[in-house]
Amino acid sequence: MSLDSKVPSGPLELKWQKHKDNIKPINPANKRKYKVLVVGTGLAGGSAAASLGELGFDVEVFTYHDSARRAHSVAAQGGINAAKNYQNDGDSVWRLFMDTIKGGDYRAREANTYRLAELSGNIIDQATAQGVPFAREYGGYLDNRSFGGALVSRTFYARGQTGQQLLLGVYSGLSRQVGAGHVKMHPRQEMLDLIVIDGIARGIVTRDLTNGKIESFIGDTVILATGGYANVFFLSTLALHCNATAIWRAYKKGAFFANPCFTQIHPTCIPQHGEYQSKLTLMSESLRNDGRVWVPKNPGETRPPDKIPEEDRDYFLERLYPSYGNLSPRDIASRAAKRMCDEGRGVGKSRQAVYLDFSDALNRLGKKVIDDRYGNLFEMYERIVDENPYKVPMMIYPAPHYTMGGLWVDYNLMSNIPGLFVLGEANFSDHGANRLGASALMQGLADGYFIIPYTINTYFSNGKPPAVPLDHPEIKKAESDVKERINKLISINGKETPTALHRKLGKVMWNYVGMGRNEQGLKFAINQIQEIRDEFWHNLKIVGNDSYVNPVIEKALRVADFMELAELVALDALERDESCGAHFREEHQTPEGEALRDDEHFAHVAAWEYNGDNKPIRHKEELIYEFVQLATRSYK
Amino acid sequence: MKFKLHIWRQKDRSTAGHLVDYNIEGVEPDMSFLEMLDILNEDLISKGEEPVVFEYDCREGICGCCSLTINGIPHGHQKGTTVCELYMRKFRDGQDITIEPFRAGPFPVIRDLMVDRSALDRIMQAGGFISVGAGRAQDANTMLISKKIADLSMDAAQCIGCGACIAACPNNSAMLFVAAKTSQYNYLPQGQPEKFARVRSMIAQMEKEGFGYCSNHYECEAVCPKQISVQFIAKFNRDYLAAALKEGA
Repeated sequence: MSLDSKVPSGPLELKWQKHKDNIKPINPANKRKYKVLVVGTGLAGGSAAASLGELGFDVEVFTYHDSARRAHSVAAQGGINAAKNYQNDGDSVWRLFMDTIKGGDYRAREANTYRLAELSGNIIDQATAQGVPFAREYGGYLDNRSFGGALVSRTFYARGQTGQQLLLGVYSGLSRQVGAGHVKMHPRQEMLDLIVIDGIARGIVTRDLTNGKIESFIGDTVILATGGYANVFFLSTLALHCNATAIWRAYKKGAFFANPCFTQIHPTCIPQHGEYQSKLTLMSESLRNDGRVWVPKNPGETRPPDKIPEEDRDYFLERLYPSYGNLSPRDIASRAAKRMCDEGRGVGKSRQAVYLDFSDALNRLGKKVIDDRYGNLFEMYERIVDENPYKVPMMIYPAPHYTMGGLWVDYNLMSNIPGLFVLGEANFSDHGANRLGASALMQGLADGYFIIPYTINTYFSNGKPPAVPLDHPEIKKAESDVKERINKLISINGKETPTALHRKLGKVMWNYVGMGRNEQGLKFAINQIQEIRDEFWHNLKIVGNDSYVNPVIEKALRVADFMELAELVALDALERDESCGAHFREEHQTPEGEALRDDEHFAHVAAWEYNGDNKPIRHKEELIYEFVQLATRSYK
Repeated sequence: MKFKLHIWRQKDRSTAGHLVDYNIEGVEPDMSFLEMLDILNEDLISKGEEPVVFEYDCREGICGCCSLTINGIPHGHQKGTTVCELYMRKFRDGQDITIEPFRAGPFPVIRDLMVDRSALDRIMQAGGFISVGAGRAQDANTMLISKKIADLSMDAAQCIGCGACIAACPNNSAMLFVAAKTSQYNYLPQGQPEKFARVRSMIAQMEKEGFGYCSNHYECEAVCPKQISVQFIAKFNRDYLAAALKEGA
């Protein structure tokens, strides 16, 4: 099977326009005859559902939350990039594109990334028009801040809750469409399977989380916008319900899973404080605009931070990467922090943390300015850690945060299963091997507001898929498979809770498939994952039945899929025998400890095809760089 | 630390609920309140008992899922804090803690501590938006908004839609919620064309959902985890009055 990216020919800056010009629109009067099922109501799913509803399609949208406003996009703090060049500092679409391609260590698809940069400005315009209260300067113009991996100031923000404000913008648009009757909302419904009939995606099987009811929904296309899978590590910055079930089930129905090993570890999170911990909290990358990262020069330092004089401190990011300094990209900053801790120079009780220090900025700018910029983040830190960051430097450590990998999609954002589109973090396309800060919000909204409303027509212009009777054997089979899976989980009757087994899996993933990976460790991890999975299916404990809100069943279904996905992440990491971006194979590093790419053998997307009980099949989409020269990534 | 927990257990909407006592030990001061409940639940599951159902997700105070009333106060006693960011170090060792759902007529209990807050979504659907389709917007900097106005709008926009204000209000009024939502848009120039329609349709939906009216108790502001000010209710009232004068009552 060959993977056709469907990237249009022609000059980079004209590809998207040319492509749009070639898409045949649907007659407005006919649009309502096309039923679109959207799964997920975050930035990507919510904006897609609202935009498609507005265009006149018959849209139904599903979320496992009680309300669309709670999707995890809500938690993004720092900002959203756009190549507006409002600061007159030399920004352009080309520069944003190049920063993103370079940030992703040349493992993203060129044309997709360019389109993302091209659409970035429209997103800011759209959100502003919707009433998203972005930060303003005194003159009334929009304000910007800087983010990692860029030398220009192009990040727009709304205090420390840019994600919530953008999501509320999406939610308001979606609410308007629901109120107008163009979109039907299905809250507290979790997708548990994809229905594929005659090779095309036709619908989904859902479970009602309030009463366990299994139901099928049939449409003319299915759009998955179900987010990332970093919870495969158990502890991550993700919300606790985030899971991979929707994309994993699609994978098992034939959708290719691309670059599963591209998982991002974010450098600035509050360190773990106990075994009981349920999640890790991110401290926005924006803090690195004014915070300086340092560790003591001497291993085993015992003095408190304020007693360590300047000459005994190592501002290691500024030392190692003088031009980007504290705003080095996430993968680079995370690994540098890990190296410092490995050298015995970590701080805090566990010695697994580094300082993020605002004292210089406080002296230079005053408390008022810092408060204005980061007030709510400082409060959040103090609530959690019980220390005042205005007085004591924050302590931070890397944690799993984002997954660049996801279902394979072409330029139209359609997977290899016709009729199945995948948007936002759930797909793989734009960030390569590492995502730069403030670009996930950008991608989710570009996909939902400005790409899918056009590219959906590439599928529909072939005509409406044939009607499917609700008692079609494939639908019945998908439903009974789901019911059987639930019954099987209930019948195990073992001793371990889903959470305990998930925690066990997460430890293996973090230790061997986390920030540093090597062949031996990955092989060991695959073995361990198989053992834990076996234990899961023999020793799982579930309480109660499936006729009411049962969080144990919910969790078990999600963990069951993580148990399988974990192995694919490790396998992909094993077979990608190079280092690139966030994927760091210890065998492949420069003398300074930086990632060493192998463009000759690995300048491709690894797209995995499910193959039953056999080893999945690794397909390649060669990454053809027509306009960019592959270079060694340097932030020095 | 150890605690005596009294937790509301209710099978479903139509069955009466009651408080059940649980003793919990080995709680660390650095645990969050929800992590304490996680431990209780892990223990219950291991013993083959039904875990306590409560809503949560982000665990960093922004998704608005958590909805517990702790010792009579929605989100507990720490000011400006959601339950998920409330830490056990804020409690006294050995203390009695009563945990109930958010109580309000329009928030029926689904199970245990989980309530149905979909009424808030329906209020939003009635008018909580600026009508602008994708692709229509002009360049964002062509519309100047003073920092003061942008900040006011942002203060209102912080609402996480948790519903604590409603649970705390003796009238179960959703005024702070509605006022925060309308004010976010009504302060901004782009929200002006629908300003009056917005206040009218959202308040009408609030009434329809069975929420009460505001009689200035200010309990809402006291429990709001984002500390949204009641000044927005005053702003709402001004807009509502102007709407009545302009369009006739």
